[in-house]
Amino acid sequence: MTSENAMLEEFAQREYEHGFVTEIESDAIEPGLSEDVVRLISSKKNEPEWLLEWRLKAYRHWLTMEEPEWHNVKYPKIDHQASVYYSAPKKKPKLNSLDEVDPILLETYEKLGIPLHEQKVLANVAVDAVFDSVSIATTYRETLEKHGVIFLPFSEAVQEYPELVKKYLGSVIPTSDNYYAALNSAVFSDGSFCFIPKGVRCPMELSTYFRINAENTGQFERTLIVAEEGAYVSYLEGCTAPKRDEHQLHAAVVELVALDDAEIKYSTVQNWYPGDSEGKGGIYNFVTKRGACRGENSKISWTQVETGSAITWKYPSVILQGDNSVGEFYSVAVTANHQQADTGTKMIHIGKNTKSTIISKGISAGVGQNSYRGEVKMMKGATNGRNFSQCDSLLIGDRCGAHTFPYIEVRNTTAKVEHEASTSKVGEDQIYYLRQRGLSTEDAVNMIVNGFCKEVYDVLPMEFALEARKLLNVSLEGSVG
Amino acid sequence: MLEIKNLHARAEDNEILKGVNLQVRPGEIHAIMGPNGSGKSTLSHIIAGREDYEVTEGEILYNGKDLLDMDIEERAAEGVFLAFQYPVEIAGVSNKYFLRTAMNSVRKYHDEAPIKRKEFLALLKENLEKLGMDKVMMDRSVNEDFSGGEKKRNEILQMAMLQPTLAVLDETDSGLDIDALKIVADGVNALRSPERATIVVTHYQRLLDYIVPDHVHVLAGGKIVRSGDKSLAFELEEKGYGFLQEEAVAT
Ligand SMILES: Nc1ncnc2c1ncn2[C@@H]1O[C@H](COP(=O)(O)OP(=O)(O)O)[C@@H](O)[C@H]1O
Ligand SMILES: [Mg+2]
Repeated sequence: MTSENAMLEEFAQREYEHGFVTEIESDAIEPGLSEDVVRLISSKKNEPEWLLEWRLKAYRHWLTMEEPEWHNVKYPKIDHQASVYYSAPKKKPKLNSLDEVDPILLETYEKLGIPLHEQKVLANVAVDAVFDSVSIATTYRETLEKHGVIFLPFSEAVQEYPELVKKYLGSVIPTSDNYYAALNSAVFSDGSFCFIPKGVRCPMELSTYFRINAENTGQFERTLIVAEEGAYVSYLEGCTAPKRDEHQLHAAVVELVALDDAEIKYSTVQNWYPGDSEGKGGIYNFVTKRGACRGENSKISWTQVETGSAITWKYPSVILQGDNSVGEFYSVAVTANHQQADTGTKMIHIGKNTKSTIISKGISAGVGQNSYRGEVKMMKGATNGRNFSQCDSLLIGDRCGAHTFPYIEVRNTTAKVEHEASTSKVGEDQIYYLRQRGLSTEDAVNMIVNGFCKEVYDVLPMEFALEARKLLNVSLEGSVG
Repeated sequence: MLEIKNLHARAEDNEILKGVNLQVRPGEIHAIMGPNGSGKSTLSHIIAGREDYEVTEGEILYNGKDLLDMDIEERAAEGVFLAFQYPVEIAGVSNKYFLRTAMNSVRKYHDEAPIKRKEFLALLKENLEKLGMDKVMMDRSVNEDFSGGEKKRNEILQMAMLQPTLAVLDETDSGLDIDALKIVADGVNALRSPERATIVVTHYQRLLDYIVPDHVHVLAGGKIVRSGDKSLAFELEEKGYGFLQEEAVAT
């Protein structure tokens, strides 16, 4: 083996910089899951009766379901009774003023690079910060209210806009959709709710920052975004967690609804703790994300950069119901060390002239395993439906793997589906070439990998693209000696 | 500047270089000629530091330092530049970004601040004009979908931007039409100075009409079998390499 190869082989040890723990007293319930726990969560949040019933229905259905095993990831069975389903920082912050948020929490977010003081926040990005089970702060609320935009922690939205929540909750992802979605529906704690009324172009990027802090705690947040006729919103989601030796479950549900001529752009930079170089610890990221293009000419784009988690299992999908609606999925998924990812998308074409684009970039290093799983369906009514899919895999070293599982179903003869796939290795000749021009091996690999991801970075909002680039470089740090 | 002494090298089970000696002084241009497969690229890559080759005997001194002991990027930062016979493609990385990163890597090595954007762009513009290259090529991915000639010119552009002390051009002339050849030669000649040296690897005499070498060497059978001034190139043009290979076998 050449020394370059040896260096690539080391493409493994990375430092996770968000792995610290915040020492804060929390109000947590006992581990375990039962109807009583579901009732307890609901009552802690002072929820209306219909929501409790909704949760219980989900819980009862979940009991009848089996944990899925069809995906290409391996992990020991999760003991759902060992997990804690509700944990909140004890000092209940008054959400009207950031000054009243526990300074320790503000400091935590500061350290994570997400300052919550409005003077300091990212220009023109409103942030909802979710810490374990609750939202601790939402910035820029007043500015948004002026435009009629509702951007609230989910639990507050339930209190303030129960009718809106009731109308859309579960309308894209029914409680019985899948094992983890059902579990989330039963025990979800908080998340973000966002409503853009008719004709409004949201004046700033909306963003939720999720942080798991407490030990043995699952995070089950719920995000619901509704864009009414002609509305537009760009939404960003970021995630981190401390380093812990035990695996922690994150089973979120995200629902998007776009009515006529509405557009939702949803971007994720997922950087949950991936576990150490031996595969110990790390987040199980089992997430259900789906958007419904309900109206004509509506558009939903999912862009994701997935660098964290021990296991990622998610398929942000679009149901293209409205005629001329557009669905997009742009993804970069990195698996280094012992990380596993089984991710992709579903594009379900129902309406006429519906269009979808899928660009997936999988990067595997160490002994990481990366699977793309995508489904494209052209239903009977999808006259002139179009899909283009491109799935590229990049391998770094000899011990990792990339897999592609495309499922295509076409029931309308005028519809067209195109699928392209490629697998390449970070070439020694490329590294040599760049080093000959003065770059270190590490910079060379970063340059090659970032080049590989370019098509996805190009569609990320600016700050996120920089963040993603940085994260990717950190993920690959140490992997090349 | 460069002193190659009794260099033996192999790749896999193949013994390629069997005792190469070469001395290059500052300000000089050397041409290395020889038939296909004689080891010209091998020699070039060993100077640059490619790890596929094993040096079994001999040494290379570069400005008095043991070149073989230096990392690839360290050699680059110390001014060794190789224009590749087969330039490599880097998808999704713009030429401009690549050039700037390369320049800044070298600057960093010398504890210099990164080049200012304006300064970089001005330098780039100047060199593009000299080489007759369209600036839109700078926004395209490195060498991706470039024609053979464009790739070669791109190598010369990199050389012009990086201003190396020792440039090795591995068959930069092959695949170029006569106009492109002149431009490449201009690029090399522009770099000519008392502090720098260039090794031009070619197996045609053609390029040497435009880049006038101080010394010409013929590599055959893994050794330099003949050295001379530029008239040697004309002799080769007339007689071909055949007679030299016979000489090599005989010795
Ligand atoms: N990496 C390598 N592994 C094995 N053989 C090689 C390698 N590189 C070059 N060779 C062999 O060494 C000889 C010289 O090649 P090269 O240096 O490319 O010659 P030239 O550039 O003069 O045409 C050829 O026989 C070639 O096949
Ligand atoms: Mg050659």
